[in-house]
Amino acid sequence: MSTERIIGIDLGTTNSLVAYMEDDRPVVIPGEDGSNLVPSVVALDEGDQIIVGNGARKYLIETPERAVYSVKRLMGRGVEDVQDELKLFPFRLADDLAAGEVLRIKLGNKTYTPPEVSAFILRQLKRNAERYFGGPVTKAVITVPAYFNDAQRQATKDAGRIAGLDVLRLVNEPTAASLAYGLDKKETATVAVYDLGGGTFDISILKLHEGIFEVIATNGDTHLGGDDIDNLLIAIALDDIQGDLGLDVRRSGEAVQTIRKAVIDAKIALSSNDQTTLDIELPGGKRYQRTITREQYEQLIRPVVDRTVGPVRQAMKDAGLTPQQIDEAVLVGGSTRIPLVRKLVEDQFQRTPHADLNPDEVVALGAAVQADILSGGSEATKEMLLLDVTPLSLGIESLGGGVVKIIHRNSTIPESATEHFTTGVEGQTSVAIHVVQGERELAKDCRSLARFDLKGIPPMPAGLPRIEVKFLLDANGILHVSAREARSGKEAEIEVQPSYGLTDEQVEGMILESFDYAEEDFAQRQVIEARNEGDTIMAALEKGRKSPAWQQLTSRERADIGKLEDALKAVMPHQDYQAIRSAIDALNQATMHLAELMMDSAVTSALKGKTMETADVGEGPASPHPIAKAEIKS
Amino acid sequence: MRAAHYCQECGKVQPPAPVDYFSFFGLPPKLNLDTAQLERDFYALSRKLHPDINAKAHSREQEWSLEKTSQLNDAYRTLKDPILRTEYLLRLEGVHLEEQSKAATDAARQSGTAKKQVVPPDLLEEVFELNLQLEELRMDKKMGESDPALEQELQNAKRSLTTKQSAMLEELTAAWNQWDAIVERTSNGESVLESERASARDRLLAILNRRTYIRNLLREVDEVLEK
Repeated sequence: MSTERIIGIDLGTTNSLVAYMEDDRPVVIPGEDGSNLVPSVVALDEGDQIIVGNGARKYLIETPERAVYSVKRLMGRGVEDVQDELKLFPFRLADDLAAGEVLRIKLGNKTYTPPEVSAFILRQLKRNAERYFGGPVTKAVITVPAYFNDAQRQATKDAGRIAGLDVLRLVNEPTAASLAYGLDKKETATVAVYDLGGGTFDISILKLHEGIFEVIATNGDTHLGGDDIDNLLIAIALDDIQGDLGLDVRRSGEAVQTIRKAVIDAKIALSSNDQTTLDIELPGGKRYQRTITREQYEQLIRPVVDRTVGPVRQAMKDAGLTPQQIDEAVLVGGSTRIPLVRKLVEDQFQRTPHADLNPDEVVALGAAVQADILSGGSEATKEMLLLDVTPLSLGIESLGGGVVKIIHRNSTIPESATEHFTTGVEGQTSVAIHVVQGERELAKDCRSLARFDLKGIPPMPAGLPRIEVKFLLDANGILHVSAREARSGKEAEIEVQPSYGLTDEQVEGMILESFDYAEEDFAQRQVIEARNEGDTIMAALEKGRKSPAWQQLTSRERADIGKLEDALKAVMPHQDYQAIRSAIDALNQATMHLAELMMDSAVTSALKGKTMETADVGEGPASPHPIAKAEIKS
Repeated sequence: MRAAHYCQECGKVQPPAPVDYFSFFGLPPKLNLDTAQLERDFYALSRKLHPDINAKAHSREQEWSLEKTSQLNDAYRTLKDPILRTEYLLRLEGVHLEEQSKAATDAARQSGTAKKQVVPPDLLEEVFELNLQLEELRMDKKMGESDPALEQELQNAKRSLTTKQSAMLEELTAAWNQWDAIVERTSNGESVLESERASARDRLLAILNRRTYIRNLLREVDEVLEK
């Protein structure tokens, strides 16, 4: 490959997208079905094949135990963190989960960790990009909610690795959006990005200055989004159904998913209409109907929408700015289509917010811009540089369970801090350190990131060793720790126990497992492509038979073509793509003369040696750019 | 002299070296500082050192880039803020400021030991009165009673403290000037008595301590009022 392509991925709660910088504009790469959005739904079909996206959605209703959605809510979290989600989402966790263990989700009779499920989505996006480029893609920038903590970021990076992607950078979603918006703007401005998606909320305040995008403050809630509105509406519908129809369908996964689909449609309708009607056919034939006005709807969802106010105020306070000092407010995320949300943003910032770019796509477009910057920059991005911050303070648990903050929230990353530790007992050779993330004063109220054991300290009297520990938050917001004993200069050994993450060994194991999928995928794709090609050549042949050229062939030639065509038809339904390919090649050879005869005599000489397929005389499903034929080297 | 952060010829990041934040920006250890210029330097250095710019460099240079950018960010964050800058300079001068920190306050509260802190003399009377009022209001709130008059008094005290807080920046500037003059004379080769240096340092420290003291008081008032 001449150039190394880096793609930009928005791995969303509800939908995921992949984008790429083409010349000087970022573009979203569509899937095979022509759709830009890949629903973040993963299903396992009866043949234990993984299905992602639109194809997986029908499983949500038909066999909900074989499908999962909104898995982003589970990334980097432990079983004790997700009790609230379990009440609201049909996540089926493995039965044998221990506290502190990485979650595993049941899909049919198999179980997968959230990073593995996310990896299935990422692999689909990777595949879409490979199909678009006609070549392999191995490097990506992936966006994450700005308010994601270390464990959630690490889980996202792991998902990338499992999917066979080298994740060059995790970019915060609102920051990515500002990159997409800021492409043509070179002036100085202070911008607020309000990003309310399917499951996460972020607010970021940025200063734009001659191509530098400096985040001043960020805040948010990684469990607040359109999903919460859906769940609220579902709960009301379920109550109504029980009250009015005397039916309790809470336990019926199928009914709940049917209701979920209906309330989402209603939610969307209420963004443009003054009222809408829910009309749901329940299992057993009963019908639930209800008309909702915009006013009723807004009253219902106001508490959810109002939860964004606290983070907005905190971010403004941290930035030291008043609403008057904000030059522009930008809306990102599908949930900002809700008029009530727009009104809230307007009130908070006292100006009409921008929503010029599609709120579903803007984050992926920004990821593509960042990918372009990392690949060395183009004319459009050469002046651009992103300076982001860490959303949460990093601290160490002190004696008595308090927290000593070592890196404060809203510090520009990368950022490092060095702390000194010593021993409390004579001859002590190891020291335990507990690293937490969050703003609370007690370690137990913060997020536990990891416990480190500093080992190999030379035995000395208590208090004498000086162990210097360096904490480094990299440009992805991920923590790295190194330590050395200052007196001996010896590098101390660090044993990291991530509190809610996968170990390196586990990730390696998953990468190996995923190779099986990749190979299966690869074989499956080869078959599909060979069949498409077979269809193309047979369609071309059909056309050839009707042309005068057909009569110019010898009867022997015509008979040969007929036999080879039958042979191709016979192998087409089989899974052996090589057999299909050889049948195509044979037929191509046999029809070469026909193809030549069909050409205008003036160009015949120029086209000598062309085959039926490449002469492009057929009307088959030729694949024009952008969906070029995939040519994947494994 | 600014440290050599990148090669003037080829633009490559150079290995990180342990330098103080002032030297990192090529600045003398003075407290009056042109923050607009500092921001311009920060942006210019970011454009050379940031990991995004060096994403395609050799892996060793990428490590240096990460290390140097974290130094840059730390230095910029510290120097652009007048209080952090002053605290940092005092630390460079070997002065410890830990006693006034929130963590120390909490630790003292938890362990019941008296915190090492001196009430600024001019605040003695006000603080004595304020502590009584705070205690009274805490008791009231515990009993579920309200005392609007007392709350009003606390609001007034809060306003007076806030005014003192903002006046502090002026005092700080005067102390900065005293310090900077000493640095200037030193760099001109003039002799400076250690006692002069110490007195300028103590003046800075006194202002910072006073500021922290008032800030903690304000926090306490807010806590009681908001309960």
